[in-house]
Amino acid sequence: MKSLVRLARDYTGRPSIITEVPRFARHAGGARVFLKREDLNHSGSHKINNVLGQALLTKRIGKKRVIAETGAGQHGVATATAAALMDLDCVIYMGEEDTERQALNVARMRLLGAEVIPVATGTRTLRDAINEAFRDWVANVDTTNYVFGTAAGPHPFPAMVRDFQRVISVESREQMLALGGLPDAVLACVGGGSNAIGSFDAYLDDADVRLIGCEAAGDGVETGRHAATLTGGRPGILHGSMSYILQDEEGQTQPSHSISAGLDYPGVGPEHTWLASIGRAEYWPVTDAEAMEAFRLLTRTEGILPAIESSHALAGAIRLGREPGSRGDAAGHAVWPRR
Amino acid sequence: MSAITARIDVAKAEGRAVLVGYLPVGYPTVETSLEAMRVLVEAGCDIVEVGPPYSDPLLDGPVIQHAAATALEHGVRVDDAFRAVNVVAEAGAVAVIMSYANLMLSRGWERFADDLVAAGGAGVITPDLTPDAAPEWIAAARERDVDTIFLSAPSTTRERMKLTADASRGFVYATSLMGVTGERASVGDAAADVVRRTREAGAERVCVGLGVSTGVQAAQVAQYADGVIVGSAFVKALGDGETWRRCAPRSRNSPRASGVRRDPGLDP
Repeated sequence: MKSLVRLARDYTGRPSIITEVPRFARHAGGARVFLKREDLNHSGSHKINNVLGQALLTKRIGKKRVIAETGAGQHGVATATAAALMDLDCVIYMGEEDTERQALNVARMRLLGAEVIPVATGTRTLRDAINEAFRDWVANVDTTNYVFGTAAGPHPFPAMVRDFQRVISVESREQMLALGGLPDAVLACVGGGSNAIGSFDAYLDDADVRLIGCEAAGDGVETGRHAATLTGGRPGILHGSMSYILQDEEGQTQPSHSISAGLDYPGVGPEHTWLASIGRAEYWPVTDAEAMEAFRLLTRTEGILPAIESSHALAGAIRLGREPGSRGDAAGHAVWPRR
Repeated sequence: MSAITARIDVAKAEGRAVLVGYLPVGYPTVETSLEAMRVLVEAGCDIVEVGPPYSDPLLDGPVIQHAAATALEHGVRVDDAFRAVNVVAEAGAVAVIMSYANLMLSRGWERFADDLVAAGGAGVITPDLTPDAAPEWIAAARERDVDTIFLSAPSTTRERMKLTADASRGFVYATSLMGVTGERASVGDAAADVVRRTREAGAERVCVGLGVSTGVQAAQVAQYADGVIVGSAFVKALGDGETWRRCAPRSRNSPRASGVRRDPGLDP
């Protein structure tokens, strides 16, 4: 833990700052909006928080090779970064479609010394990359550790990834208190759900803080072309855990659709299903068009280019701010975007 | 005694191991796969594993992945697997289903077991379901005398071996190696060790699968296992029209062979 805390400070650059975005907030009904800037972490996203923890574990158990799946490429870049830092062999599985729409991240991974294997099976996206990484892992488990990127998959990943990402909400909670009080709501985008669970965890006992996960609704949940698992899915088993899944009536996984590769996944972490079932967190579908509008807005009003993934949470903040009776007060809303 | 254990014990008394053949239903078409299962039975398979195609076959190599994807593209349904079970049972072999867990959960554990029994099937192999995560399935299966077949692997700890042996009925499916389904040049030393450890954990009957694709490999495995499971090699033959045309009529005209002979030249 000591090594992880030291790396978080001296390598990642934690704690990440909070930025208030007043010009953007004018479009969110006048609520105060704060961004938790995980985009400013070394390697450009929250993924590094989890990867450094898992890479240290890899060293501890004496394995020399790490593998990982990646959707948008952020987890792949983070894993390749940690592998370079800790002298581990690194193979990244990435859906072929994602290697095309996220070509820049493929180049970054290769520069960092990782081998990127495009996965051409199935829907050629994140879900297929996970399948292929599991096939590698089961064959090479003696030498290889699978650095899973999100708070889903088989035990202990959902809990371990949450624990490594928890730092986001531990910091933001203290930072918000220092700014004057707890926020009314915390919003985060949800694909597998690692940044969301990390953004929510420290607030779970703060009953007055709404926790809102923004799912990728693609063209709209009603069109069937979406990745809004908690809105449009039902219980099932995928990738080693039981949670909500987009599936047909027979239990075959259905293809997901999202403009953002990082949210384009037909499952969701089991803890989000739990939080939804007990009513502690809400999950809102946000369409591609709403996310792109929020992306444009933040860029033009604040000079911050968010990830398309995080833009789903920004769109959620706009919607929340405009809700009747939910005008922002001094505490305001906090949005934790990532890139 | 279940149909599976009875069949294994008969083979044992004859000094041989059972031959277990796996085929995915619906590849290349439903009708051809049903015909192929009949051929497997006539050619000497004691037990046929019917695989309903699944969208995310993460424990399968390229051959079975391709077969499953093809079957799904053609609209093959889980009901087709129960049809196949019926065909196998009518042909005189013991029928089991090998299914990824979500297809079972989606149908409902109890209904899945009911449908299997109605079709004449004897058990279900669950490659992505561990016994500790399967109390509902085990309860549904026990009530209906459906055999629950779980997997052991070279990486399985002694504690989990025991859990697997205790929860399994019919036989335990021991994987010969760490990896996905598919042909391999040879069967490694790990296979005999997994079988030994699975027996030590209390399993009475152990069959070996993954990477067994030739007669020589099967005879080797038959030295120490109660059954030999062959999958990808059959699927590949089925995908290759030429091999299929050659084998199908021949097996129908030849006298019924039985299981896997232990090679008398090999030490047990």
